[in-house]
Amino acid sequence: MRYESFLKRAQGLGSAKSGVYHWLLQRITAFALIPLGLWFVGFFLLLLSAPYPEAIHFFSSPWTVTLAISFIIVLFYHASLSMQVIWEDYVPHELTRWCLVMGTHLLSFFLAILSILSILKIYLT
Amino acid sequence: MPLSQEEINRPLSPHLLIYKPQITSVLSIMHRGTGIVLFGGSLLWALWFVLLAAGSTAYIQGQTLLLSPFGLIILLGWSFSFFYHFCNGIRHLLWDIGVGFELSTVRKSGWTVIFASIFLTSVAWALGVMNGKGLL
Repeated sequence: MRYESFLKRAQGLGSAKSGVYHWLLQRITAFALIPLGLWFVGFFLLLLSAPYPEAIHFFSSPWTVTLAISFIIVLFYHASLSMQVIWEDYVPHELTRWCLVMGTHLLSFFLAILSILSILKIYLT
Repeated sequence: MPLSQEEINRPLSPHLLIYKPQITSVLSIMHRGTGIVLFGGSLLWALWFVLLAAGSTAYIQGQTLLLSPFGLIILLGWSFSFFYHFCNGIRHLLWDIGVGFELSTVRKSGWTVIFASIFLTSVAWALGVMNGKGLL
């Protein structure tokens, strides 16, 4: 799918990179985080002061686990897209910027996997 | 090549520290700032899930730390950042579909975001405290 007008495409002046896709995904994840974020805050309010057995019990529902994993995926996707923009805006040195962007993407990916596996471990045991 | 005195004294174009702060610019800067805070917070929630999976001893240690005065300050900062970024994010999404670009509307929606985020943070804390005391 291409996100440019017919005129732009005809003139061959469309971007050669992936800026529009990045922009669009940032908005889509932001939109998804409206319900997911509210759910997480409400859920965490209950979780925070719950004793350990009760906290574990929260994760026995497939609905809760599905919402929690969806939240984690969308959150870290949105976070790494957004941090990328911040690095690109403020770090002029090209290699440093590239390392920071890649580092943020990898860290987000790692933390998302770690969170998901932890949640699944609680759910399945 | 070292700069001559004349070059050093050349006028700068207006930048962040010269402009008078306005609600539009301050809210925009805060959106980034709170976004960075929330990225830090996401590391904390990942750790929270890891602790929960690690067993009761680790979890209770983490819970005690987060409910200590130091932890509560972190939570206050996170919760305000969340609600601010949440409300202002909706404002940004509305701009993205072309709604609310009039300068008077931008100022009104800005103040709405400030009051709404303070209000929502207060509600969340009231609910949290009530839940902590077993009143919910």
